[in-house]
Amino acid sequence: MNEEKSVFKTDIKDGLRDCVPIIFAATPVGAIFGAAAISAGFSWQEAMLASLAMYAGASQFVLLELYGFNLPAWSVLLAIFAVNFRHILYSASLANKFGSFSFVQKFTGLFLLTDPQWAVSETRHEKQGLRPAYYFSYGLLLYALWIVATAIGVIFGSLLADPSAYGFDFILPLYFLTILVGFRSRRKFYPIVIISGIASYALYLLIGPPWHISLGALCGVFAAALMPVSDEKGEVSK
Amino acid sequence: MSEFFNQELTWLIIALGVLTYLTRILGDLVLSRFENIHPRLEAGLNAIPAAVITTLVVPPAITKGPLEALTLVIVAIACLKIPPIIALGIGLVFLVFARSFIAL
Repeated sequence: MNEEKSVFKTDIKDGLRDCVPIIFAATPVGAIFGAAAISAGFSWQEAMLASLAMYAGASQFVLLELYGFNLPAWSVLLAIFAVNFRHILYSASLANKFGSFSFVQKFTGLFLLTDPQWAVSETRHEKQGLRPAYYFSYGLLLYALWIVATAIGVIFGSLLADPSAYGFDFILPLYFLTILVGFRSRRKFYPIVIISGIASYALYLLIGPPWHISLGALCGVFAAALMPVSDEKGEVSK
Repeated sequence: MSEFFNQELTWLIIALGVLTYLTRILGDLVLSRFENIHPRLEAGLNAIPAAVITTLVVPPAITKGPLEALTLVIVAIACLKIPPIIALGIGLVFLVFARSFIAL
């Protein structure tokens, strides 16, 4: 009982602590989204609704970009589905790691499944084990921060009119790179990175965004699946 | 601006919210139907993290410009030695300074 309680407390504490680094990456992005939404012609309600309902940075930025083109709804939905496709891969890779979650916890928790949420959940699963207290303390704090950051951006929109002055326009690739380097000891890391990297750049040139993300990643995933399967040590997903 | 958007933007955002949620549960719903995971499928699933994140890094690294590419190299090397968030901070500071020097 006491031990259970201390695991619960540790999970909460670790979840909040692990959220700290991403605050520096996500808060500026959320604020930039809020500011950019206003300058794209969204009302403040629409900007806030996007962050509340979608809670997906890249997709929200794609929405802003497409908003200017007067496109039919289906093509906006399709483009955002392409950007979101990685969420299917994330939830597939976490599927057998939700063992300690109830039905409601799992399907509430999946609403919070962002890139960083997924990355820390994978890491947590490999080390201490993934439990709801950790998942939700991280996820709810990040969700709240995203909403607050969007609101700040909406309010102070004009102050962030030139995000490139602060390097914020490049913060996402830098952030993703730090995550990627953290995966370097995983199986088949270098072949996957090389194949996905070449494929995504080729697709970026040939088809253009956002397809280079989903299709480029699929190339790396297929390559990994087709490579010889051996009984290597290392992470096993069950 | 357009008859479609300004009136229906709210509904579009709600639809996009539902779509986003569906993509977040779909992988779990589909995969939980399999009792045993084939080793090749498992190898593919284990590759997802690195594969997806690579696609978010490589095109910007090549297309954004030499200063940006250099910043990525610095951050990648720094990450090997120091905590990621500090490496990220160093990269941002470097990028802002490098850009302002180039602009002069």
